[in-house]
Amino acid sequence: MSLASRVGLRLEPRVDNPRWMNWAVPVCSFIAALLVGSIVLLITSQNPISVYQRILERGFLDTGSLSGTFISATPLLFTGLCAAVAFKVGFFNIGGEGQFYVGAIFASGIALSLGADAQSWIAVGAMVLAGTVGGALWAFIPGILRAYFRTNEIITSLMLNYVAGIGATYLIFESDSFWRELGGTGAVFPKGKIIPLSAQWPSFDLGNLVVPFGLLLGAVVAIWLHVLQRRTRFGYEMRVVGGAPSTARYAGMRPARVIVAVAMLSGGLAGLGGAADVGNFRHVLDPKGLQQSGFGYAGIVVAALARLNPIAVVFVAIILGGITNAGYALQGPDFPAGLVGTLEGLILFCTLGGEVLVRYRIVNTRRQAVAS
Amino acid sequence: MSVNSNLFVIIFASAIFYGTPLVFAAVGELLAERSGVINLGVEGMMLLGAVSAAMVAANLDGPAAVVLPIALLAAMVAAGLGAAIHAFLVITLRVNQIISGLALTIFGGAAGLSSYLANVWGLGKQPAMNQFGRMDLFGLKKFPVLGPILFDQTLLTYLSWVLVVLVMVYLFRTRMGLHLRSVGESPQTADSVGISVTRYRYGHVIAGGMLAGVAGACFSLTIVPTWANGLTSGEGWIALALVIFGFWRPDLTLVGAYLFGALSSLSFTLQARGIDVPTALLDALPYVATIVVLVIVSNSRISKRLGSPAALGRPYEREER
Repeated sequence: MSLASRVGLRLEPRVDNPRWMNWAVPVCSFIAALLVGSIVLLITSQNPISVYQRILERGFLDTGSLSGTFISATPLLFTGLCAAVAFKVGFFNIGGEGQFYVGAIFASGIALSLGADAQSWIAVGAMVLAGTVGGALWAFIPGILRAYFRTNEIITSLMLNYVAGIGATYLIFESDSFWRELGGTGAVFPKGKIIPLSAQWPSFDLGNLVVPFGLLLGAVVAIWLHVLQRRTRFGYEMRVVGGAPSTARYAGMRPARVIVAVAMLSGGLAGLGGAADVGNFRHVLDPKGLQQSGFGYAGIVVAALARLNPIAVVFVAIILGGITNAGYALQGPDFPAGLVGTLEGLILFCTLGGEVLVRYRIVNTRRQAVAS
Repeated sequence: MSVNSNLFVIIFASAIFYGTPLVFAAVGELLAERSGVINLGVEGMMLLGAVSAAMVAANLDGPAAVVLPIALLAAMVAAGLGAAIHAFLVITLRVNQIISGLALTIFGGAAGLSSYLANVWGLGKQPAMNQFGRMDLFGLKKFPVLGPILFDQTLLTYLSWVLVVLVMVYLFRTRMGLHLRSVGESPQTADSVGISVTRYRYGHVIAGGMLAGVAGACFSLTIVPTWANGLTSGEGWIALALVIFGFWRPDLTLVGAYLFGALSSLSFTLQARGIDVPTALLDALPYVATIVVLVIVSNSRISKRLGSPAALGRPYEREER
């Protein structure tokens, strides 16, 4: 018998859905996660109040901190959209990580091959396209395997993350590839070629705040996805396939095709994130940096917290981007690495638990039994 | 050169050595899935187990016979607690099993709690003082061919063989095993004959987590053998694939684990022999092989007969009966 039923509690599906719960429950879940997190911090003899205060300051409040937060939020925005779109149709693509790498490989490749003489808008446009295509192709593999060969996409997409990581490492560390800088210090320490200035994505300086082009592009893509899901035929098919695959088949849709299309859309979004990461920030193919950041996995947290809603993904990406950015800025003995992921995991656990309160009412069966 | 330094003997022997954590993790996941609960948190639970075992091995003074069992116990408790969070969320609160499991992997994973705890505890600076060494079982280590393969392994490997036999007997020869399978196939039926679906699911998800903890301890106490961030390098996910590969049977899962143990050790076995193969190709091999094997298994005829537990991934709600 579970703990809940032992103390006489039972979950009952809600008939009414009070509006205030839609914001109150996530907020309370977030606070609950911070409380649980402070227990972890106390056990490991850290001061929770000062840790949270420093995250808030370095992530959002200090001058210039929001600009740094936007940099961390940009990749999370794209990988968050990647997971949100796919999970919505029940295609659990957790290969956003690998699709992000492949996007970065394609985008840096095209930027390097266009060279320094290309016009800026052509170079940036080509990178957007190449990154998207790269990610989409990488996601095509688990998509087609799931749709036509009934193979579990969770495992295949995840295995491809490792393959993509090994591939990127090979290009820079184990071969004399086109991506690798062979002259200068690159002859001693393996590193990638820096993309030409004309291919580096612009950022918009608003005085105290620098907004990267990638973030704006991501926000536009999020709105486009929202429209795609709500207002188009394809969006309708996605909803039906996600909700009831057999109904979709009876209605004359082709669920397999929809799944492959969604897989490629999802992978394309992650690949575009990889392009933005190279174009806006790193300016180089950096396999170690990519694999340490783990943007693809964090994107799953973003999507789940945003309840798979593309518009909400934008805001959640900025919040988690702030925590990530604070993590980079504060890393040291008082702020050990791994704290950010721990907090993200706790926030996700509490939100998942909290969502139950939106769907169900907790009924005290003991009292009911006495009353009847 | 003796027959025991033959390349194939070495590959077989290291297949078993490197396959051992996969056996523990996959058999644990198999128990949870037989009860109808998928737990994608294997990788996270393994890392939690690995870091706890490393912590005990680094800080507890004493003879290996005392320290190592405590380290294993710590790994089982830590990973079991992780599994308990998943169990509470998906069994009691009926949260989506896939998302909850992913959350567990992110929480415990290479960028999460395991890395945080290792940093706080200052682990990974030197090799573990106490390790599970290879033991010369029955003094047969030098026996031709079979010696290095079967009689020169660590205690953990021998324990994993005992585990596979016990779980086989449990699943297919005991009343509780029968009840477990019925809970995974048809919880309604099981409930109607008085089997507690909730209790069986909690029990097996947590037991599965504890075995994932042992799998993690295999890394920090024998294979690496110290703490390194993300030291399991995705083997928790390969364990999930092995459960499908083994048709939810411990014996077939063991065969799969050794196959992947061979693949993941091939890179340095060949390098040590001076055989020149691009490392990237060999490193990618276990992951690519997992995909290929999974596609073949998912489309084979047998998978229709020996498929997944029918209620896998579905929360059980009594009122839906």
